[in-house]
Amino acid sequence: MKRLILQFAAPGLAIGFALLVSALMLSITEYSAAEVFNVIVTEGFSKVYLIETVNRAAPYYISGVAVAVGFKMNLFNIGVEGQYKLAALFAAAAAGAVSLPAPIHVVFTLLVAMVVGAAWASIPAILKATRGVSEVISSIMLNAIALGVGSFLLGRWLRAPASVSPVVGTPSTDPSARLPTLNGLLNSIGLNIPDANRVQSYILVAAVVGVIYHILIWRTRFGYDLRATGSNPEAAGASGVNAKRMIVTAMLLSGGFAGLIGLSNIMGQAGRYTDVSVVSGLGFTGIAIALLGRNHPVGIAFAALLWAFMDAVQTPLSNAALPKQITAIMQGITVLSVVIAYEVVRRVGSRQEASGLRRDTTEGGEPPPIDGTSPKVVPA
Amino acid sequence: MKAPLALLARIPRWARFPLYLAGGMSVLALARVLTGAQQLTAENTMRSAIELSIPIAMAGLGGLWAERAGVVNIGLEGMMILGTWFGAFGGIAYGPWWGVALGVAGGAVGGLIHAIATVGFGVDHIISGVAINLLGVGATEFLTSVNWDGASAKESPAIPESLPRVDLIPFIKDPLRDLAGQGRFLLSDLADFFLAATTNISVLILLAGALFPLTYFVLWKTPLGLRLRSVGEDPDAADSLGVNVYAMKFLAVTVSGALAGLGGVSLVYLFAQKFQSGQTNGRGFIGLAAMIFGNWRPGGLVVGAGLFGFMDSMQSQIDETAHALLIVAALVFVITAVYTAVKRRWVPTGLLLATALGCWYWYASTDELPRELIPYFPHFTTLLVLVFASQRLRMPAADGKVWRRGGR
Repeated sequence: MKRLILQFAAPGLAIGFALLVSALMLSITEYSAAEVFNVIVTEGFSKVYLIETVNRAAPYYISGVAVAVGFKMNLFNIGVEGQYKLAALFAAAAAGAVSLPAPIHVVFTLLVAMVVGAAWASIPAILKATRGVSEVISSIMLNAIALGVGSFLLGRWLRAPASVSPVVGTPSTDPSARLPTLNGLLNSIGLNIPDANRVQSYILVAAVVGVIYHILIWRTRFGYDLRATGSNPEAAGASGVNAKRMIVTAMLLSGGFAGLIGLSNIMGQAGRYTDVSVVSGLGFTGIAIALLGRNHPVGIAFAALLWAFMDAVQTPLSNAALPKQITAIMQGITVLSVVIAYEVVRRVGSRQEASGLRRDTTEGGEPPPIDGTSPKVVPA
Repeated sequence: MKAPLALLARIPRWARFPLYLAGGMSVLALARVLTGAQQLTAENTMRSAIELSIPIAMAGLGGLWAERAGVVNIGLEGMMILGTWFGAFGGIAYGPWWGVALGVAGGAVGGLIHAIATVGFGVDHIISGVAINLLGVGATEFLTSVNWDGASAKESPAIPESLPRVDLIPFIKDPLRDLAGQGRFLLSDLADFFLAATTNISVLILLAGALFPLTYFVLWKTPLGLRLRSVGEDPDAADSLGVNVYAMKFLAVTVSGALAGLGGVSLVYLFAQKFQSGQTNGRGFIGLAAMIFGNWRPGGLVVGAGLFGFMDSMQSQIDETAHALLIVAALVFVITAVYTAVKRRWVPTGLLLATALGCWYWYASTDELPRELIPYFPHFTTLLVLVFASQRLRMPAADGKVWRRGGR
């Protein structure tokens, strides 16, 4: 129970600290912190910006999950950034090139994205497994290379002819490759959402990703091996887990999830890949969100919503002539202080455990029964 | 046959750098003669290569300080961003030298935060670095919007005054120009390089250049440097000998931030003369790559940063020059193939020769190199170096490991 309280105290403290620092920064720069927080609370929780929050949270959530898969076995997939960009480009191009019946077209687009994301993630994975190259450095390089390859392919082969669209981008996909909005569904249960505010159904894809993540990591043999390798590689190796193969599989899985990050707009409003229809930076945000949510499917969801909320309130802040970038500072401080808080909590926890163990073995503690009633240990 | 590397090791250290320079320049000179792309080694190409390598070199030097003390600093990018903003702010408010000082201080603050998180609290180094990168972007955008022009401003106004530029050895300028104009193999190319390195050169470059011998001296020739490096190799042993491990790491990471800040300052004062959001464009990461390329040593880092700076400068070149890069690459592959052939490793030799042939074929069958791909040559080179030379690289033994006194 005590540990549970500590667990929840950490993110709470971190967010509180971030609010404190940003209030301080606002007052130094002669803005009213009260005014800023007032706008965030009153406007941020209005229907328009809550919808915005939910729409933005979907890619964040998927990105967080993609990073978390790696984290679960102490792998740093910093390359999510490049993986989702390339995946979105290829998926948009592939979806625009074929015409299929609606459900198949959607699944086809998602699959292409996952395959491309996994393929790009396989490069650092194979380099790490075969040559021992740090996945962090190689992914950083591959992120940059992905940008170059993307703009090269888009500019020369994948772009729609200039006569069709003056904006550089892939051809538009058929309506069958788009996901409908959730407005109709939500209106039918009496939520009354104005048509101008589209609630994108990509949030459902994110939810499915979350469920798959949970099942794969906590309910399968593969997930068990993955977590075992993460927490004690020697022990996992001794029990027969092939560490190199785990590295490659985990990175492929992470890359496959990463491939889905950039599709929300392509399968929603935009319908094609352009330089603006897929936002950049989602991969690095995913790292922050996975950290904030402690790699837990529900925790990541809260983190993604919080992050998206802080993004969404930038609009009302700038409408009120207040510095909207303050929320970016809040995000940065939150993630830095949350990792510090988790680390402190972890150390306090393990110290308590250690002292508890000492107490049990030296004083107090129930001595083990001497007669034959203690359970026999049967060797496996 | 003795291994070539052993022969190389017998050359005294001070002589190796000129040797690398001569080697690199001969490859370029050969490529120039073969392709007729005269701009490849022209004075202005060399000048922009030198200028572009400075921010990368400073970030790399920052990485070197931190990693020698065992702290991985992936937050260099964020610290550089802080350097660009505070550099521009100081330049506008108080004058260019104040800009340099404030930029360095801004970077140092970023380094200090990284030190507090990783050394003080024992947070994973990569995680803290990523957080600092996020924070650097957020903080500078906020400061930009409250300082200069409203909420959407992405850049500062121009800095009124620039840092001075000097001619180092004025009297050899004319003879060198003369030689450079004659188009002689290697001699003219070297003349171009020396002209770019000694005339009309910003004092910021001189300052940055001086930091390399200084770093070498401090880290490898003083007791402080020995302690600092021992912390990166084996903190427990260092601790048992009475070295204050925490203090050494704090010092190293803060200096690392200050150097990255100077890298940011050099971006502001050598190029844009103002702060722009996104100005660093991943150069902090490239600096880290240059440091790894240089095997965690200052001399190697200079070579790496020079290589990356040169590639960076190719972006603004005409097609003909960028196209000639393929021949440069082919030559490099051939030289590496000769090296592997001497070591009787025939499979890599074959692969390298095939790649060289591929580069030549690409050169012969096209008129230009895809412009979109040129900016990413350094990244690709780094990846290749990591793949093929990672066995030769040796990082500090305790690099990236969180250390707590008494193992707690």
